[in-house]
Amino acid sequence: MPPSEHFAAPPNWEWWILGYFVLGGISGGSYAIATIIRIFGAPADQRISRLGYIVSFIALIPCPIFLTLDLGQPLRFWHMLVDTSEGALAFKYWSPMSLGAWALVIYGLFSFVSFLGALAEGGTRALSPFAGFVRGTLGSIWGAIGTFFGLFIASYTGVLLAVSNQAVWSDAGWVLGGLFLASGLTGSAALLLALLRWREVEAGTAVRLEMADRNFAILEAILVVLFVVSVGIAGTIGKVLGIWIVLWILVILGLLAPFAVSRSDAARRWPPVAAPVLSLLGLLALRALIIFGPQS
Amino acid sequence: MAIEARPVGFFTDTSICIGCKACEVACKEWNQLEGNPPSFTADSYDNTGQLDAQNWRHVQFVEMLPNADGTASTNGNGKGAGGAAVIPTPIAGGQAWLMMSDVCKHCQQASCLEVCPTNAIVRTEFDTVLIQQSVCNGCRDCISACPYGVIGFNEKTGTAQKCTLCYDRLQNGMQPACAKACPTESIKFGYLDDLQKGADQRLAALQKGGYTKANLYGRDTSVYGGLNAFFLLMDKPEVYNLPNAENAKLPSRNNLPGYLGGAVTAVAGLVGGILAFRSARMSGADRTPR
Repeated sequence: MPPSEHFAAPPNWEWWILGYFVLGGISGGSYAIATIIRIFGAPADQRISRLGYIVSFIALIPCPIFLTLDLGQPLRFWHMLVDTSEGALAFKYWSPMSLGAWALVIYGLFSFVSFLGALAEGGTRALSPFAGFVRGTLGSIWGAIGTFFGLFIASYTGVLLAVSNQAVWSDAGWVLGGLFLASGLTGSAALLLALLRWREVEAGTAVRLEMADRNFAILEAILVVLFVVSVGIAGTIGKVLGIWIVLWILVILGLLAPFAVSRSDAARRWPPVAAPVLSLLGLLALRALIIFGPQS
Repeated sequence: MAIEARPVGFFTDTSICIGCKACEVACKEWNQLEGNPPSFTADSYDNTGQLDAQNWRHVQFVEMLPNADGTASTNGNGKGAGGAAVIPTPIAGGQAWLMMSDVCKHCQQASCLEVCPTNAIVRTEFDTVLIQQSVCNGCRDCISACPYGVIGFNEKTGTAQKCTLCYDRLQNGMQPACAKACPTESIKFGYLDDLQKGADQRLAALQKGGYTKANLYGRDTSVYGGLNAFFLLMDKPEVYNLPNAENAKLPSRNNLPGYLGGAVTAVAGLVGGILAFRSARMSGADRTPR
């Protein structure tokens, strides 16, 4: 099979986009973990659920700001939603960027309400009506729908890259969405684990979160392999090698970290936040090499 | 004379391009493009480099360097698969250029138009592809999608820009500036059906004259549904940095597999999370109140 050929120019998506992809992944991943715990977790685990909703919204806040700053005409950010030439809504389901803009708006609402609910459950009296809302069946439904949009936000960024004619991005078209999602889940679990060090939780809670982190890491590792195979077959793997090997090392360390702390005596003596920080660096490195490598 | 609102385009006959760059100059003059600062590209007589926001026409110089055995290889401008050198048929004793005035192809199935989230990119009454500068917000998704590397980002306007096929001139009954300036009529402007007939005749004449590698690129629907700016090439499309029919794919091909991959991963991720937390709930452990 001959290698695929690409003559497309790079769009010069750089640091703002990297920031958005990282925080979008963490926001969507944290929301999903929070909802899983809300619906399926033990009562003792609900503190992480609240923490997850809070992290999810805080990570989301910079996202639209980063996206707007990346535009050549930032004051026209609303053109993503309104077709100014036709005077109608700008919605193109076949354009991931259009779909993502709308999903961000909708997910923002879900994340914000869940955030208020988490604050209310944590004791913020002014928000007490939200506590009742998020606890009941309605809250579970709200969380499930929000999770759908959260996972979409974590995933569609990969599809956005794939729906192009760029080397690597379009060559690994079916993998990138899943890879970014899995990486977002791994990173989110790692971030919550790091934050748990400063909160009083049952020992079992941290163990379960670590188990979830390992499950997500296995999923991510499978997708990393599929990604490498895809671009290898396409003949464009050279775009993400060379200097980018440094970032690959971080990705691999980030994937191994959750297993190291459970299996290795030496790793157990690491500072408590070492493994989560490695996972988060892996999340950052993965997106950085996929964004920057093909454009260099 | 008014130009009717029906499909128009360019037929660029590379066999008679002499690389004078009159098209580049005329384009810049009419469209008030400043151009990029001159730079040494080490690429034959090409100091334009590529199509971008400042260069809506670009004359490619694919230089044939003679080998010891009398055959020729390109100077690197014609990048082949995996970086391998492409070996075209020697012309003029093995020392010659293939020249092509490149431009936006105004594809029938336009990748840029497909992905543009703001609907800034539209198809005009002349069947050309236009970026509305008042609507574009500079997201650059079209640059990522264009398979020809045609679109560039203008730092001053903060928008994506490319050839408009001189939309303003068309509206006023004038042919595009590049076609008008071309001294050899390598660039022909006209109604698409007329151009296609002329191109067929020219190809037949060349092939009869022994130029067996001559081919029409974008004349039929094999590349992006047909191109309103199509070419007569003297070698394979790859030699001119053009994707062949096999590699000419729309970005949307990755929509369904991309989302499906995401959906499957989402389900697997949710299962992984549920497995980790469900056991504690089932065992009734850790009965700390919420």
